[in-house]
Amino acid sequence: MSIGTTKLDVVVSDVVPVNDLVTRFHFRRRDGELLPIFSGGAHVVVEMRDGERTRLNPYSLMGSPLDTREYTISVRRDDVGRGGSLFMHRHVRPGMEMVVSYPVNLFSLDLRARKHLMLAGGIGITPFMAQTAQLAAEGGNFELHYTCRTASLGTYADVLRERYGRRIRLYHDDREERIELDRLLSTQPLGTHLYVCGPAGMINWVRDRAASLGWPTETVHFEHFAAPQPGLPFDVTLAVSAKTIRVDEQQSLLEAIEAAGVDPPYLCRGGVCGQCETNVISSDGRFIHNDHWLSEEEHRSGKKIMPCVSRFEGRSLVLER
Amino acid sequence: MAAKSIISRPVYGTLGPQPGKHHLFIADAEGALAIRDMAGSAPAGFFDGAEIVFIPGSDGKHIAALEMLKPAQFHQAPSFASLLPRLRQTLANAHMGLRLYLAGTEGLIGQAMQVALEAGIDHTSIQTEHRGSLARRMQCVHCKGITENVTTQPATCAHCGLLLLVRDHYSRRIAAFQGVCINAEDRSEIPPMEEVFR
Repeated sequence: MSIGTTKLDVVVSDVVPVNDLVTRFHFRRRDGELLPIFSGGAHVVVEMRDGERTRLNPYSLMGSPLDTREYTISVRRDDVGRGGSLFMHRHVRPGMEMVVSYPVNLFSLDLRARKHLMLAGGIGITPFMAQTAQLAAEGGNFELHYTCRTASLGTYADVLRERYGRRIRLYHDDREERIELDRLLSTQPLGTHLYVCGPAGMINWVRDRAASLGWPTETVHFEHFAAPQPGLPFDVTLAVSAKTIRVDEQQSLLEAIEAAGVDPPYLCRGGVCGQCETNVISSDGRFIHNDHWLSEEEHRSGKKIMPCVSRFEGRSLVLER
Repeated sequence: MAAKSIISRPVYGTLGPQPGKHHLFIADAEGALAIRDMAGSAPAGFFDGAEIVFIPGSDGKHIAALEMLKPAQFHQAPSFASLLPRLRQTLANAHMGLRLYLAGTEGLIGQAMQVALEAGIDHTSIQTEHRGSLARRMQCVHCKGITENVTTQPATCAHCGLLLLVRDHYSRRIAAFQGVCINAEDRSEIPPMEEVFR
């Protein structure tokens, strides 16, 4: 059960290949009505019915929040991932009926900011597509620095340059172009908020440098959906439901709990929102924490786990679920 | 020490050295001691990137204690009003990474925070420590006049003369506590006035 996310019955209205790795999907409501309003940075969880298996993957909405006739997402194909992106690329076609959650925003703009400084890496550009559209419509002050591997993989770089001109700065890995991060972070006017979305390494780098350079934590916003990592299978006892279940190699703990007919709350399924936080009653083994929600202290305590992305290796694990 | 009562009543912490290279301290009177106490836990070279703006109390003490910290800049001012243009200028030219530390009386902390908010700094990003007097800046809700250094309960509005109940209800935007007429029904009713904000 996803807290606060009623489902939306949609139809795929268009599928547009963007480049070698990225395809864009458009959804409209099946009843022809407008979709719920959202704000830049919001995501939806897309349900993928793949035979017996249901995948639930979060994707940022990248369309303008001013246009709710359709939702658009861009999916980067991950050939070695758990299969969600491959399903989208291989099986989703215009006219197909699908179900998506209501939008949820865990990466919203702080509209009190005097200026919005955005840093994107790769497919991390998607939430900024919506945020820049929102800000541009309000005359907001923003600047986007976008790192991509090559010009041809710079998804939407051309669109952004055309829309916003010099507010967009591009960096190409193959041309050895790098963001001069310290200089960038040291020259921003007071009241600037920083937003970063991209690979975990980039987010950690930016957060570290910002903290060292005196940026208060409340001015630094980031979003990283950690895809659940595969791992060794393990057994879990759900004490409240009195069930013992097995988590397969390719399955997340949350998915295994759901497959057993237990519905824990969730929102992001990526280790950031905190909804599925679960108490550990007892454990004998080692936790593999992959979330951005719990503190380091909580990780060490062995008393809590985020079942959407974290795993366990050892003899026994009993959860309050 | 200011105690928590209602949610808008500001509470203050203890100054702690923040990461970064640029640090702006604004203090009055005994607030200087909060800076001196914090200096003990500051990393080497911390004050090389620091500016201290100080308004001495009527006793004129603590100037030497601050100068001994060898900040990059030390500026002394006779009143908050007299340092305001300089403070506005400093903040207008500042960049992200500047950390703000306010120490001393509630009036000083509140007014400096008000200027900082106007410059785009979030109040949660500001280090504060209360030292010294609990005298309040009060705004009369009736005539909107501000009365400085209110120490009594109730207090007389310096502008319209109404007798006001000094509430814990505080506005960061105007840097003042709210004063509301205490005897609006019967003006002949004069409750005893006690000195409570020393």
